[in-house]
Amino acid sequence: MQPFTRHTGVGVPLRRSNVDTDTIIPAVYLKRVSRTGFADGLFSAWRAEQDFVLNSEPFRSGSVLVAGPDFGTGSSREHAVWALSDYGFRVVISSRFADIFRGNAGKQGLLAAQCEQPDVELLWKLLDSEPGTQVTVDLTEKTVQAKDLTVSFSIDDYTRWRLLEGLDDIGLSMRYSEAIADFEIARPSWMPTTTPVRGG
Amino acid sequence: MGRTLAEKVWDTHVVRAGGAGGEPDLLYIDLHLVHEVTSPQAFDGLRLAGRPVRRPDLTIATEDHNVPTQDIELPIADEVSATQVDTLRRNCAEFGVRLHPMGDAEQGIVHVMGPQLGLTQPGLTVVCGDSHTSTHGAFGALAFGIGTSEVEHVLATQTLPLRPFKTMAITVDSAETADGALPRGVTSKDIILAVIAKIGTGGGQGYVLEYRGSAIESLSMEARMTICNMSIEAGARAGMIAPDETTFDYLEGRPHAPQGADWDDAVEYWRSLRTDGDATFDAEVHIDADSLVPFVTWGTNPGQGLPLSERVPDPGGITDDGERITVEKALSYMDLMPGTPLREIAVDTVFLGSCTNGRIEDLRAAAGVLRGRSVRDGLRMLVVPGSMQVRAQAEAEGLHEVFTAAGAQWRSAGCSMCLGMNPDQLAPGERAASTSNRNFEGRQGKGGRTHLVSPLVAAATAVRGSLSAPDDLD
Ligand code: SF4
Repeated sequence: MQPFTRHTGVGVPLRRSNVDTDTIIPAVYLKRVSRTGFADGLFSAWRAEQDFVLNSEPFRSGSVLVAGPDFGTGSSREHAVWALSDYGFRVVISSRFADIFRGNAGKQGLLAAQCEQPDVELLWKLLDSEPGTQVTVDLTEKTVQAKDLTVSFSIDDYTRWRLLEGLDDIGLSMRYSEAIADFEIARPSWMPTTTPVRGG
Repeated sequence: MGRTLAEKVWDTHVVRAGGAGGEPDLLYIDLHLVHEVTSPQAFDGLRLAGRPVRRPDLTIATEDHNVPTQDIELPIADEVSATQVDTLRRNCAEFGVRLHPMGDAEQGIVHVMGPQLGLTQPGLTVVCGDSHTSTHGAFGALAFGIGTSEVEHVLATQTLPLRPFKTMAITVDSAETADGALPRGVTSKDIILAVIAKIGTGGGQGYVLEYRGSAIESLSMEARMTICNMSIEAGARAGMIAPDETTFDYLEGRPHAPQGADWDDAVEYWRSLRTDGDATFDAEVHIDADSLVPFVTWGTNPGQGLPLSERVPDPGGITDDGERITVEKALSYMDLMPGTPLREIAVDTVFLGSCTNGRIEDLRAAAGVLRGRSVRDGLRMLVVPGSMQVRAQAEAEGLHEVFTAAGAQWRSAGCSMCLGMNPDQLAPGERAASTSNRNFEGRQGKGGRTHLVSPLVAAATAVRGSLSAPDDLD
């Protein structure tokens, strides 16, 4: 996982509340054997509508999604986060996130930044009046800044620390690589390995 | 204070203790088994992060869930299945993981392959992206199923962050026999079905179950694996049995078992893996072996089982609303009338196989019943060895001839009709007596109805056409 300290990119106003994970990525995309390639499925029903925000420039290449309250409700599928990241989003801003989505996002390095709803509305206004506005999200300062608007967001300390350090669960365990290596040296030599035997 | 078997194995695998802050222990994993269904995203995750498999030499893969069990030299017809199998092949090649593909002499169901190679040994931690990993606990290993994110975690680090499980003792012993021998016609499948009927499908939640007592000690390794396999059907994380002479005899001489002086060291250590006399369990359950009889399920979860001599339960007599509705729903799916003697339930298909009962002993037991008899007209019986090695062994013993002479189909190794993911499936409305482990709605094919049974009951049922024990045959 890439450490996340600060990110600047085009802000995308998604003026919808209760965006569930079925909407983010429909079930038909779940049969895949990969974790990548889900960008196609992101908001696929909405992207079929011409006036959907991601169908117009400069929003198409956005990386900071500013959404309405209750983002990521419904099914627990990790694919929702994979799809957003795969499309290019690094940050989702909302005034309320579904718990499981927030957890999955934290595991996968997508920043779920919680802002007050009035601040979300100020961002929407700005992004609509000046499409393509660059938004800077600073995880150290816990701020979102666009033009001369600066608002703050909240995130739990543990997730913030992991994102700043770039540590996913695997990364966290890898900090103990030395302890793992020591443990391996001490294992009895007769313990089995799967290396083929009998010329197999 | 003394420790249980599970605690001893846990303690020797802690790479780093979690401490007071609620941080989990970091546990070392000795053996990681891989199959095609739950591994693709895990390998993909490694690729994305640019990580190698830390210990390919502690990792082994096989193809089992998706593979057809006949015409195995032809390409897999189902596209999704074929993609999953191809993906596993590419991943194993890229990351240097040993793979036993379809048609290989060692290929088989992941939980049959590990023990037969001698890779599953006492005192190990064993994981697989598969809930029936509990099977390997029969050797006194701590073995449990994990999710795809955890599969990736183990591939990358050979560890897992975990909090200790609770422990439950399940004692099965006999007052009547000194050696714990089971009553005639009773198998380890009947023991575990009786255990699940007693503690319920959620009764083992959060626990490692340790099966002990004279009846357990009297069992062969194959029979012990059947019991540990279905621990997950009681909701448990794992099942374990302390290693003893039976375990050592089974292991000695297997391809990956220690040899020479190593063997002696290993056995000495393995002997220490018994629950101490003064250790305490978080829960204890007792089963009287003398009262055991052949067990079959009538409903849609493995806890809905009864002795074969009983009748389909009557929901009318159940006072608890929730439970009555559960039973009514199960009976309606199973299309069964309350009060029907279980022995009168006629089946269309008999499936002998799976990681629960697809081992050589299971085939021998069923062949013993079928020898000189025939499968009833119009009934289909599939005999699917758990691995290609079991198949070869059975053929060397001539068992396949007993099956085919009786009119059963003799297949190649795989999960087969245990789950509706490959061509071997029940048609809607079809009813099966099955030696597998799950009788969930649609498990063996959409609309299919499953009765879980032992290999002996499966074989007798195939002859009589309705649920039966060998003693019911002339
Ligand atoms: S035989 Fe059945 S339970 Fe066993 S691994 Fe295969 S699908 Fe799972």
